[in-house]
Amino acid sequence: MSEVKIKIENLYKIFGPRAKEYTNKVKSGIDKDELLAKYNHVLGLDNINLDIKEQSIQVVMGLSGSGKSTLIRHINRLIEPTEGTVLVDGEDITKLNKADLLEFRRNKTGMVFQRFALFPHHNILDNVQFGLSIKNLDKSESKDKAMYWIEKVGLTGFENKFPNQLSGGMQQRVGLARALAIDPDILLMDEAFSALDPLIRTDMQDQLLDLQKNLKKTIIFITHDLDEALKLGDRIAILNGGKLVQDGNAEEILLNPADEYVSNFVKDVNRIKVLKIGSIMNIDGNMNESNPSVMVDESIENCLPTMLESESGLNVLDNDKNFVGVISKNNVAEILRRSKD
Amino acid sequence: MSNFFTTFPEMPNKQFREMKKGIDASYKDFAREWGDVIDAMFDPLLKMLVFFEKTLIATPWPIFMIVLVALTYWGSRNIKLCVGTVLAFVFIGYFRMWEETMSTIAIILTSVIMSVAIGLPTGIAMSRSDRTQKIVTPILDIMQTMPPFVYLIPIVMLMGIGKIPGLISVVIYAIPPLIRLTNLGIREVDQEALEAADAFGATKKQKLFEVQLPLALPTIFAGINQTIMMALAMVVIASMIGVKGLGQPVLKAITNQYFTMGLLNGLAIVALAIIFDRVSQSYGKRMQQHRAGANE
Repeated sequence: MSEVKIKIENLYKIFGPRAKEYTNKVKSGIDKDELLAKYNHVLGLDNINLDIKEQSIQVVMGLSGSGKSTLIRHINRLIEPTEGTVLVDGEDITKLNKADLLEFRRNKTGMVFQRFALFPHHNILDNVQFGLSIKNLDKSESKDKAMYWIEKVGLTGFENKFPNQLSGGMQQRVGLARALAIDPDILLMDEAFSALDPLIRTDMQDQLLDLQKNLKKTIIFITHDLDEALKLGDRIAILNGGKLVQDGNAEEILLNPADEYVSNFVKDVNRIKVLKIGSIMNIDGNMNESNPSVMVDESIENCLPTMLESESGLNVLDNDKNFVGVISKNNVAEILRRSKD
Repeated sequence: MSNFFTTFPEMPNKQFREMKKGIDASYKDFAREWGDVIDAMFDPLLKMLVFFEKTLIATPWPIFMIVLVALTYWGSRNIKLCVGTVLAFVFIGYFRMWEETMSTIAIILTSVIMSVAIGLPTGIAMSRSDRTQKIVTPILDIMQTMPPFVYLIPIVMLMGIGKIPGLISVVIYAIPPLIRLTNLGIREVDQEALEAADAFGATKKQKLFEVQLPLALPTIFAGINQTIMMALAMVVIASMIGVKGLGQPVLKAITNQYFTMGLLNGLAIVALAIIFDRVSQSYGKRMQQHRAGANE
């Protein structure tokens, strides 16, 4: 479970004709704006180091221009790095030759795009089959696989329609099915739900989480939406100006933002909804039999009514019903006060 | 001194004449030496053209009409256009232009086939490299602006008067829009669709045949439509070097001031042009509709 699937090490990307020459300048501390003003080169990624665990959802977030889309394209090498390595299962994919790279893309990674990037001249079935037909898979086998995924994403009956006949949400399901049909270990999702309206987006997020329960893929999910990041991400990496400013789980990001950029980012998040009991409980307390109990991985919001009714606090239990700590209104009040500062 | 400013400093007349003579003489030598070989190279093309012509002329007119209407309907799904096509060919046949029209259709068919065979690969090559585009574009500019009479001269010097030189001049005249639009169509293909193809590990060839060409097809088809139109426009000029068809009577009409003869044959060319244009355009449109999925 906690094996590292993708290891990104000292990754630099500079856009421009003389990128290699400027890596040393970037290493010596020149920042994105200065590189652009002085040398007319764009700094995409600045010394990224990131371990992505197997079967987890790694969210990468940042504002536009922060380098998140550039980063995800290094994992299947749609963009060549200027310097650094990307190890997938221990293999440095920046060193793959052309044929091996094609094989890698055909089998190891599936990608879902912000604006779907479906093939308008193919019907839904052929779109989902695309990755399989590229591999010259046997026709009936690839059709079976495609139909399986069309059913999984809830589009049965639409396989003969064309992308333009489908709504945005349905089109992105096709995109998802197309990526999953090749059964990749790694799913790259580049702002996959950003173009959808809020209700559909929530729907798709739930569907992704639901699928992930059984699929257990390693998912890299790019987004600029913090709520989406907090909902989906096992871990969240935050990029700013091509630099990785923080990588942690939702609680770490909310409770210990690495710098002002991150704290500004998380300022408006509803902590009560996102944080779990475990992250604010008091582990020094003692079990009080007369108090009600809550589970450690429940959100504060869910326990709030019980908490407000109880005068002396609650017992916190882990999944095996062992006592792990106590929590009271005061803990919640403190969190709320801290977020207002 | 004042002379220098009033008349442009020209090449002396004698040298100029000798230069022209020299170039002409060496081209004539080249033509004498290689004319037959080049003629032989184009032999298969001649056979194709003659085959089309003979077949069309030998086909009984009712059968030709049925096939033509069927093709028109298949291409356009438009009953009105089918009726128009029948009326146009009744006009052509009744006014004694049937055989010439068949010859013209044969040369249009052959030159369009040849244009596609050359133009499509050229357009693809152009779309794949900016350098090729830079080299080919000025050549296309020359082909489109050079008066056809100018390149008729060396072609006739090389191969004499006849069907093949006529065909070559029609192709030179008609091929540029197809090349340009093939190039444009492929370059305009949505970058995101291409990126998706890349992400799934498509090879260059797979990208071309699975994504680029199918998505560029409507634009390419607009190019083919233009090529057909221009080939028709070239028919009269090509008749000057021995291409049979509707152009010849027009040419005869010009030299002898036969107004009616010129008008009738000119109208026949217009009729062909309208039919070809409407059918190929609506076929192209239908192709796009299918892409957009609106025909459900």
